[in-house]
Amino acid sequence: MDCANIMYDSHRSQTRKLESLPMNDQSVQQAKINYTAWPDESGHFGPYGGKFVPETLMPALDELEEVYLKSKHDKEFQAELDGLLRTFVGRPTPITYARRLTEHFGGARIYIKREDLAHTGAHKINNALGQALLMKRKMAKTRIVAETGAGQHGVATATAAAMLGIECVVYMGTVDMARQEPNVYRMRLLGTEVRGVESGSKTLKDAINDAIRDWVTNVRSTHYLLGSALGPHPYPTMVRDFQSVIGREALRQMLDPQDGPGRLPDAIVACVGGGSNAIGIFHPFLEYDTVRLIGVEAGGRGIEGGEHAARFADPKLGRLGVLQGTKSYVMQDDDGQIALTHSISAGLDYASVGPEHAWLRDQGRTEYTYATDDAALEGVKLLSRLEGIIPALESAHAVAHLVTLAPQMGKDEVILVNLSGRGDKDLGTIMKELGTL
Amino acid sequence: MTGLERINSVFARARAERRAVFMPYHAMGYPDRAQTLAIVQTLGEHGAELFEIGIPHSDPLADGPTIQTATYTALTQGTTVKDCLAMVRELRAAGMEQPFCAMTYYNPLFAYGVQRFVDDAVAAGVDGLIVPDLPPEEAEELEAACRAAGLATIYLLAPTSTDERIRAVAAHSTGFIYLVSVTGITGARTELPPDLADFVARVRRHTGLPLAVGFGIGTGEQAAAVAGIADGVIVGSALVKAAAGSDGVERVAALSDELARGAHTSRPG
Repeated sequence: MDCANIMYDSHRSQTRKLESLPMNDQSVQQAKINYTAWPDESGHFGPYGGKFVPETLMPALDELEEVYLKSKHDKEFQAELDGLLRTFVGRPTPITYARRLTEHFGGARIYIKREDLAHTGAHKINNALGQALLMKRKMAKTRIVAETGAGQHGVATATAAAMLGIECVVYMGTVDMARQEPNVYRMRLLGTEVRGVESGSKTLKDAINDAIRDWVTNVRSTHYLLGSALGPHPYPTMVRDFQSVIGREALRQMLDPQDGPGRLPDAIVACVGGGSNAIGIFHPFLEYDTVRLIGVEAGGRGIEGGEHAARFADPKLGRLGVLQGTKSYVMQDDDGQIALTHSISAGLDYASVGPEHAWLRDQGRTEYTYATDDAALEGVKLLSRLEGIIPALESAHAVAHLVTLAPQMGKDEVILVNLSGRGDKDLGTIMKELGTL
Repeated sequence: MTGLERINSVFARARAERRAVFMPYHAMGYPDRAQTLAIVQTLGEHGAELFEIGIPHSDPLADGPTIQTATYTALTQGTTVKDCLAMVRELRAAGMEQPFCAMTYYNPLFAYGVQRFVDDAVAAGVDGLIVPDLPPEEAEELEAACRAAGLATIYLLAPTSTDERIRAVAAHSTGFIYLVSVTGITGARTELPPDLADFVARVRRHTGLPLAVGFGIGTGEQAAAVAGIADGVIVGSALVKAAAGSDGVERVAALSDELARGAHTSRPG
């Protein structure tokens, strides 16, 4: 595990630095936090994260961690991944200046990071391709299982599996299969077996349970290609790193006056389900203290009735807990049973949130708000009509927050929105909700 | 006597008699509260010497369809952690003396409060804890509370466990170690895995703790085969399946007799 030590050294030296500071000088300690040096050696982000899985999986997680950390310093692997991101995924995705949307709000200038233009129509391909390639090149495994909510991660995984010639099974709740039908067909067309999940709420959480059960059973031959910055260590970190390509590109593009405004944004806005697109764009900006990082959760039908997936916004339901391998904020009842969530967007309809988000929030580095189903639908209309971009319902939650945020900010300020996916997959839902136009 | 000591004495007795311990699991609250009490008592009258008291969780990711369905039924009837402990208390009041090991996923226990759960569990008559999604690496707080209260901390090992992990898990386990017979989830299977004896022998090389085998055992014949190599025979899904329906108690009694006979088969030498 030499590479583990390389990776974590920065964190350890950071800890030493903090300890050597005078204990009464809180402000100095605060300023010294190196956000990018986490998690710690055991996969924790402060009180969050860790590995809460059955023993059968522990050796597989150890192997995955070792292989993944080695790959970070493996020039050949990184070059192959970069090449595929360029020639297969179509990266870098551009940033687009949203002129009419900016004028509409009359506040900050709005730029959009166009993950909707990545192959398969969402940011999910960045992680799916990364993990699939890792398995193909570095692990003695031949089969992939994955879960999917909106179907975007499922399609991305099916795509990577087809391109690399890997057997693939995707678990999907039957409620989600009904509301994301085109994606089910896409996965099957790509040669993936889609297995409907009938347990629990028949949505993303239940799909993850069944994917984990498959993985426990077939762990010797199978890699679990988890799609968000969730689950047991090393997944939250590995998924973040594969998705950080979004933030690295955006940083370069924003600073380049040809591509963007030629300066850092004042705020970055992204939707947060598990939180992979958000952590992907946030992470390279963490060290720039002037950039506000805002995550938008699914407010569903409103916080009061409990029909939502806003883990940070509802103190009654959203509390520290353990779900599917990681400790984080979890929507649950008083008895520790996981609450049923609701969102119009299948991709945000999940009871927990990535542990790094919870930790960054505690540090005051990131902030979270929510947008309701109705606000998200308004977001879809706004972006479609003013910018000619039909966003995914997930990404529309980020757009919806601009309604509040953009007018509050000055015309000399800049907002960057991560448009994590395109809306084609949601047309059925949108047509039902908005009716005849 | 502490819970751990009660568990130890059950295995010591069985070892002296050259046989294994029959250890049934029941999903508390299934098919309903009254039946749960009747089933556990029936098992106790038909050869069970140590119990796994399943506290239901909404997301039982190590469980197959049988126990998923049973725990879901229990939850829809409003079974809470508190109810499960109350049922243990009632079973003790009814005169049951066998050790009870509470088996639950970590979140219900964490939400209840680790120290508070351990205190209330001991007061109710629980002797040990099994938390399948809590490896020793994450269990510092729970382990400390259990040590102080005399509760056994029973961890699991799987066929995929490396020798290094076997040593580490054994060092944290008290009472016995739960060996998962297969790489997989709970549920009765028609055949025991062919490499089970090798797996048990591999664990034996690293620890003197009693070894109980579970997952996939559902017949007297399988119980006898496991009793030939291990110290405990754990049966869950097959009994939970038998517990369904109006004649559940009778069917559980018959299967329990069969399983106990298998587990009590004298060991050679």
